[in-house]
Amino acid sequence: MSLSPEQVRNIARLARIAITDAEAATVRDQLNGILGLIERMQAVDTSGIAPMAHAQDLSQRLRDDRVTESDRHEAFQSVAPEVEAGLYLVPRVME
Amino acid sequence: MSASNWEVVIGLETHAQLSTVSKIFSGAATAFGAAPNTQACAVDIALPGVLPVLNRGAVERAIRFGLAVGGRIAPRSVFARKNYFYPDLPKGYQISQYELPVVGGGSVSVRVGDEERTIRLTRAHLEEDAGKSLHEDFHGRTGIDLNRAGTPLLEIVSEPELRSAAEAVAYARTLHALVRWIDICDGNLQEGSFRCDANVSLRRPGAPLGTRCEIKNLNSFRFLERAIEFEVRRQIDILEDGGSIVQETRLYDPDRDETRSMRSKEDAQDYRYFPDPDLLPLDIDAGWIDAVRTTMPELPGAMRLRFQEQYGLSAYDAATLTAQREIARFFQDTLDCAGAELAKPVANWILGEVSARLNREELDLSRAPVAPAQLAGLVRRIADGTLSNALGKKVFDALWNGKGATADEIIERQALKQITDESALERIIDEVLAANQKSVEEFRAGKEKAFNALVGQAMKATRGKANPQQINDLLRRRLGS
Amino acid sequence: MINESLVQLGGRLRTREVSSVELTTAFLERIARLNPVLNAFITVDRERTLAQAREADARLGRGEGGPLTGIPVAHKDIFCARGWRTTCGSRMLSNFVSPYDAHVVERLAGAGAVCLGKTNMDEFAMGSSNETSHFGPVKNPWNTAMVSGGSSGGSAAAVAARLAPGATGTDTGGSIRQPAALCGLTGLKPTYGVVSRYGMIAFASSLDQGGPMARSAQDCALLLNSMSGFDPRDSTSLERPAEDYSRGVDAARDPDRPLVGLTVGLPKEFFGPGMDADVAAAVEAAIAEVRRLGAQTVDIGLPNMELSIPVYYVLAPAEASSNLSRFDGVRYGHRSAQFDDLMDMYCRTRAEGFGDEVKRRILIGTYVLSHGYYDAYYLQAQKLRRLIAQDFVAAFRHCDVIMGPTSPTVAFALGARSADPVQMYLSDIYTIAVNLAGLPGMSIPCGFGGHGLPVGLQIIGNYFDEARMIEVAHRYQQVTDWHLRAPAL
Repeated sequence: MSLSPEQVRNIARLARIAITDAEAATVRDQLNGILGLIERMQAVDTSGIAPMAHAQDLSQRLRDDRVTESDRHEAFQSVAPEVEAGLYLVPRVME
Repeated sequence: MSASNWEVVIGLETHAQLSTVSKIFSGAATAFGAAPNTQACAVDIALPGVLPVLNRGAVERAIRFGLAVGGRIAPRSVFARKNYFYPDLPKGYQISQYELPVVGGGSVSVRVGDEERTIRLTRAHLEEDAGKSLHEDFHGRTGIDLNRAGTPLLEIVSEPELRSAAEAVAYARTLHALVRWIDICDGNLQEGSFRCDANVSLRRPGAPLGTRCEIKNLNSFRFLERAIEFEVRRQIDILEDGGSIVQETRLYDPDRDETRSMRSKEDAQDYRYFPDPDLLPLDIDAGWIDAVRTTMPELPGAMRLRFQEQYGLSAYDAATLTAQREIARFFQDTLDCAGAELAKPVANWILGEVSARLNREELDLSRAPVAPAQLAGLVRRIADGTLSNALGKKVFDALWNGKGATADEIIERQALKQITDESALERIIDEVLAANQKSVEEFRAGKEKAFNALVGQAMKATRGKANPQQINDLLRRRLGS
Repeated sequence: MINESLVQLGGRLRTREVSSVELTTAFLERIARLNPVLNAFITVDRERTLAQAREADARLGRGEGGPLTGIPVAHKDIFCARGWRTTCGSRMLSNFVSPYDAHVVERLAGAGAVCLGKTNMDEFAMGSSNETSHFGPVKNPWNTAMVSGGSSGGSAAAVAARLAPGATGTDTGGSIRQPAALCGLTGLKPTYGVVSRYGMIAFASSLDQGGPMARSAQDCALLLNSMSGFDPRDSTSLERPAEDYSRGVDAARDPDRPLVGLTVGLPKEFFGPGMDADVAAAVEAAIAEVRRLGAQTVDIGLPNMELSIPVYYVLAPAEASSNLSRFDGVRYGHRSAQFDDLMDMYCRTRAEGFGDEVKRRILIGTYVLSHGYYDAYYLQAQKLRRLIAQDFVAAFRHCDVIMGPTSPTVAFALGARSADPVQMYLSDIYTIAVNLAGLPGMSIPCGFGGHGLPVGLQIIGNYFDEARMIEVAHRYQQVTDWHLRAPAL
C-alpha cells in the first residue's frame, strides 16, 4: 500500500498542516516507508479476536453532577494569542 | 402544495441540552447567559494535558429518556471521538458516541391532526456541545465563547418515517414536550436548549431512498416547518427538471425563507471516529435502570389514557391536557383540591377560560395569576349551586385580576351568592311579572319567545344570581303551563 | 553530595545536616555549568526553585518533613507546572506558561520536592533519541557525540550527569526505559493507570504513563510512592489501595541468595539476532548474576512480539493525531504571524509549530483512521494488541518477572539515524510490547558496551507487580555497582 501525492495532500488538509510540494514529496516517501513497516500486520488472521482498547476491562467512573470549577478566564486568557471582550478571536468564520 | 407523486422522506436529529448543573466531562457550570468564557474551565478549553470525566447526571437523564420512549438501554456503550477542526471545538474533536450509543430504538406517539402515528427512533446518544461563534464583526474577526463547550447533549435520531413538514413539526413538538415532561431538558428554544436538524429527501413511492440534504440548527418549530417546505419544493423542482440532488448540508435563512448551502462545510468531512482512549466503556446495569424507573413520572401516554378511563374525559381533552407537563400538573393539582368527580368541569375551565386568557395575554401557564387551588374553589362553588355559571366567569375574572384570594371571598364581598331561596325568587318573579305585563300577555297568547324574555328579565333582576333552571321552573309554575 | 541517593539525601535533610537551599544550589550550579554542553534542561528558573527550597526548609525546620521534602527533582517538560513554561519540546508551546499543575507535579510538590527545572525531550514525546526537540538534541553525558535516548532524554541526561538526583519521565513506547538504558540509570514505567495522566501532555492516551528516573531502584520506589495514586480527574486512573513500592526492598531475605524462589522468564524473541553483541554480553552477565542470587530462569515465548512495532506505529500515531488537534493557534501556544483566513491560520500555525517527526506521525495517524482504512489498520492493530497482551499473560503463568535487553544497541551517534524514521522506530523493539500490554517495566544499568557506553537490563513485571520488580532490581544493585558509576563530568 503506498500513498499517491494526491492522497498525501488530502491527508495534510484533513490534518490542517500546510505542506509545500517539495515537502510533500519527501513526506510521501517517508510515509510510504512507515506504511511498509505497518504492512506486516495486515496478513495476520485476527478473526474472532476482540479489539483491546484498554489494559484492564474496567468501566467508566462517574462524577457527581456538581459545579466544582470557578471562573479562571483571566488566567487562561493571559496565554491566548488574541482575546477581546473575553472572547477568543479568530479569522472571520464564514457560514 | 401537492407533491405530484413524490414521497417526502424526513428524518429528524434533535439535540437536547441536558439539564445538569455541570458539564458532561468537567465540573464547570452550565447556566445560560454568563459572561463569555467565565464558565469554561481547563478541560472545556482543552488546555494541554486535561482529561474528561463523565457526569452521572447526564447518564441518568439518558436513561430516563430511554425509559420514556421504550428504547433499549445499552448495558455497555462507548464514547468516540468525532474529529474535525472548528474554532468553537477546542479539542479539534467532539466526544460523542458512534457504534455503541446509550439508547437504541424506542418510539414516540405523534398526533397529526386527528391521526395518531407512531414514529420510531433509531437511537439516542450522549455527546458534548461545542462553544459559540459570535459573528458580529470584531474588526474582521469572529469571537469565540466556550461557555457552552462541554454542555451535555442527548442526540435523538428518528427513523426517516416522517412524511411531511407538518408531521415533522408534530414530532418535534412531541419530543420537546416529552423531554420537558421527564425533566431532562428545559426545552428553551431561544436559549438553544433544543435544536433540530432535518434530513429531507424525495422518492417515487416504492423506489429506494433518494439523496438527502441536511438542514441544520432549526431552533423554532415555525422555521422547522418552513425550512422543510422550502426544501421539498426545491428538491421537487430539481428532480422534475431532470436534475439530481447534491448531498449537502444547508442552513435555513428565515429572512428569505429559503435554505442555502453551507459553504464552510463543503469539504467532504471524514470524522475519523475511533473510541476515545481517555474514557472507559459506560456500563449501566439493571439495578440502576430500575432505580431510575422508580423516579420516573407517569408518562403522557399513560396519563392520557387514565384521564379518559378514570375521569371520563374525551380523547381530545385528555390529549390536550397531557400535551405538556405543566398543563397536566395544573389539571391534577386543581382536581386534587376540587375532587375527582369534577374532572369534566375542571377540564373545561382549563381548556376554555384559562387557556383563552393565557393566549390573549401571551402568558405561560406557569405565570397564570390563578392557582389550581383557587380554580378548584370556583368550580366547587358552581357545582354545589352557590354560584351560577354566568357569575362563575365574573368570579374567575376577579380572581385573575387579584381581586380576592379565593372564590368564596369574592362571592362574599360582591354578594354574588346564587339566590336559591324559593320565596325570595317568588317575590322577584312577582315584580318581574308586574313590570312586564306585555310579555305575560304575549306568552299567554302562545309566543314562547316571550317566556325567554321573562326569564331574561328575572335573571337581570337577580343580577345573575339566580339559577336559570330554577327561574325557568318557577316561572312555568307561576304562569301555569 | 551530588552523588548520593535520594534516600541518603533525604536523611541528611531531615537531620538538618544540609539545607534544601544548599542542596538545591549545588545542583543549580552544576546545571549552570554543564547544561550548555548537555542541553538537558529547557527551562531553569533559579529564583522560583530556590523559593521552593526555602519553603521546604521551613517545613523541615518544623519537623514536618517526609522522605522527599527538600529534595530537588527535575520534571520532564511534558508535565504542566503552574507558572512554568511548559513546552513539550515543541515550538508549538515554546511560549506556553501553564496555568495549572499536573497531578504528578502536585503530588511531588505536596511531598515537599523542589522543582529543579523542566527537562528536554523529543517533541511531543515522539522519538527515541531526543533529537526531535525544537530546543536542540540532548547529549549523552557518557559521550557527548552520542544521543541520550528519548523521549525522556533530558531527564535521563540530567540524572546521569548528576544535575538532578531524580527526575520524572514518561513512557509510551519505551521513553523512560530506553534513555535510562542509554544513560546508565534506573527508570521505571508503572502499570497503565497507576500514575495519573492529568496534566501530562497527551501523546498516545492508551499507552502513556509517567514514571520515575533516578540512580537506583530504591530511589525510583521513593518517587513512585509519591507520583502514584488515584486521581479523580483522570478516568483511566486506577482506584486501588495505597501501596508502598519500597516494601520489597525492606523485606527480609537470605542475604546470599535473596532471589530464591523467583522465576525469571527469558523470551527467546529478546535474545535473537536483533541485539548487538556488546549489549548481549552485558545482559547475559546480568542474568548470570541474577541466577547467582538464587533465581531460576526459564525460557518463554512471546510469539507475537515482532508485531508490536507495526501495531504501535498504527495506534500511537492515530491517538496522537487526534490529541494534537487542539494545537490550532486559537486559545494558547504558537499562532502563525501571517494568514489569509481561518484554514490558512490552522495550516500555517501547525506547519510552523510542529517539527518533522510530529508531522509525520500526525499524517500517518490521520491516514490510518480515515474512512475506509479504519478496519484494516486501527481495528486490526487493536486486535493484535490483545494477542500481544495475551502472550504476556500466558508467559506469566510460568515466571514471576521477565528479563532481557532494554535497547538493541548502546547509544548511537547524533544524526546517525535521522535520515530514515523507520530505522529509529526499530530501537523500540524490546520496549513497545510492554506499553501495548499495559504492564510495568524497568531498566537498570548492567554494564558497559562499545565505547564505554552503558547497557540497560530490562525487567518486566506482571500487572501491579512493581514492588516485586523493584525488589529484584534492588537485590541486583546491592551486589553490583553499575548503577553507581557516573560519567566524568
